[in-house]
Amino acid sequence: MIARPLLSSAFRQAARPAAAPKFASRFSYPRISPIAARFLSAETKQAIDKAVASAPVVLFMKGTPETPQCGFSRASIQVLGLQGVDPAKFTAFNVLEDEALRQGIKEYSEWPTIPQLYVDKEFVGGCDIIVSMHQNGELAKLLEEKKVVVAAEE
Amino acid sequence: MASQTPLEDSLRSKITEALSPTFLEIHNDSHLHSHHKAMQGNTSAETHFRVVITSAAFEKKMQPARHRMVYALMKEEMAKEGGIHALQLRTRTPEEEVRQKEKEAAEKGVPIEGQEVENV
Repeated sequence: MIARPLLSSAFRQAARPAAAPKFASRFSYPRISPIAARFLSAETKQAIDKAVASAPVVLFMKGTPETPQCGFSRASIQVLGLQGVDPAKFTAFNVLEDEALRQGIKEYSEWPTIPQLYVDKEFVGGCDIIVSMHQNGELAKLLEEKKVVVAAEE
Repeated sequence: MASQTPLEDSLRSKITEALSPTFLEIHNDSHLHSHHKAMQGNTSAETHFRVVITSAAFEKKMQPARHRMVYALMKEEMAKEGGIHALQLRTRTPEEEVRQKEKEAAEKGVPIEGQEVENV
């Protein structure tokens, strides 16, 4: 358990990448109508493309890694921490900060719930999938293959 | 009389019809989440569900594809205001269910039928 505070402080840093404010601002344009908002605009799609590609491991969550606002987001962050995901290769996006992102990511991934995990720009799953892949070893295998975990301490 | 659990009914009937599950368990966990910020002002007693499904329809499909099948069935209920806020899913094929039970039994040290256990 010694590793945890270390990791969580590293996550805190990773949670606010330089690109984040820019990303948020791209979503801050006013919505024209509720109907228009239901379709993924080219602009929103582009911004999400960028977000998904912003790090090898990307989590769309409610809240931030240090203060998740939902139990499912918290569980997902904990799993990534336990797996030893390299904070330098991880970015989290708080969907609660941006309504367009919150709705847009659901359509983008064709997945109706948050959190959502992407590894190498590929959708992996939501909380249930993350937890079950953690338990059956598939997640460790995937993260290792993608070389996104911190090297084991000697 | 209107059902007290319209969303749970809808989950059960849609999953049963579309997936012909050999095992289906629906848990309403809404009471565990009623204090959440996101639930403020929401008076629905049906916001959070945990569903365990065993179905042959999941064969040769990865987990995200299986979950999407269920989400697609419940699309309307999940999108509408005051509808389903969270849907936890455990999706298995009949074969996986058997394997999982065997594994759990082995971990617990419970003898599997037909196996002899030595007394220590």
